Amino acid sequence: MELSLATRTVGEHTVLEVGGEVDVYTAPRLRERLLELIDGGARRVVVDLGRVDFLDSTGLGVLVGALKRLRSAGGSFALVCDKEPLLKIFRITALDQVFPLHPTVDAAISADSTGAGA
Amino acid sequence: MATVKLSFSPAPVHVRTARLVGVAVARRAGVREDLLDEVRLAIGEACTRAVALHRQYGLSDPVLVEMSDSGAYAVRVVDRAPIEAGIGLAALPPDELAKESLSEDALTTGVGFALLAGFVEDLQVRPVEEGIGTEVRMVWPVGR
Repeated sequence: MELSLATRTVGEHTVLEVGGEVDVYTAPRLRERLLELIDGGARRVVVDLGRVDFLDSTGLGVLVGALKRLRSAGGSFALVCDKEPLLKIFRITALDQVFPLHPTVDAAISADSTGAGA
Repeated sequence: MATVKLSFSPAPVHVRTARLVGVAVARRAGVREDLLDEVRLAIGEACTRAVALHRQYGLSDPVLVEMSDSGAYAVRVVDRAPIEAGIGLAALPPDELAKESLSEDALTTGVGFALLAGFVEDLQVRPVEEGIGTEVRMVWPVGR
């Protein structure tokens, strides 16, 4: 399945819903969208991976890039993911220790709002 | 024994095709259903790595993927890049991963290797026997 990207705003947070396959071919589109959001002033970004059915190292690289960019801009970045195959990818790469990972968008937003985010 | 060979121009768009073919052949060979996600990811990572190397060195040669099911399901992904570029299994610790100084390319390479090593029990990265390049060889059991 092709990559799908949809953005919505929840209070102070920008939620980017990602669906389909994030790989070496589609990851540049995800990078562009994240850059657009950050350049457009978004500082509290939540990326919802709930409808992602494939994620590779290129996609992970893009997500880390966004995390760093937001951190250096004084913002926050969190991921929403509750699928075991994807969570395993984060564990194996140790990126579960780098990203705030939450099972739902609500959980990500409330964790960030209480100051527990990245 | 059945062998399926796929050779593709080193462009990112074809990596998905390689993944689809690799999983289809794995399923046909009898690889357990619950391993197929890992097969898909590992073949994708190996092909992504090969494509990146070919692009880095300006090589238009095709990337070769060879799948065979003699006893186990074995997949070879062969690139034609100079050897010094190819072999280097870098496992990055978490505090390195988020460092500002680490480029996205370096991070992606390190994470790609971590995924290969993490998902493939029987993994070898070695020089090709003839000519220039490396092969990533991955083997999965077939359950009957």
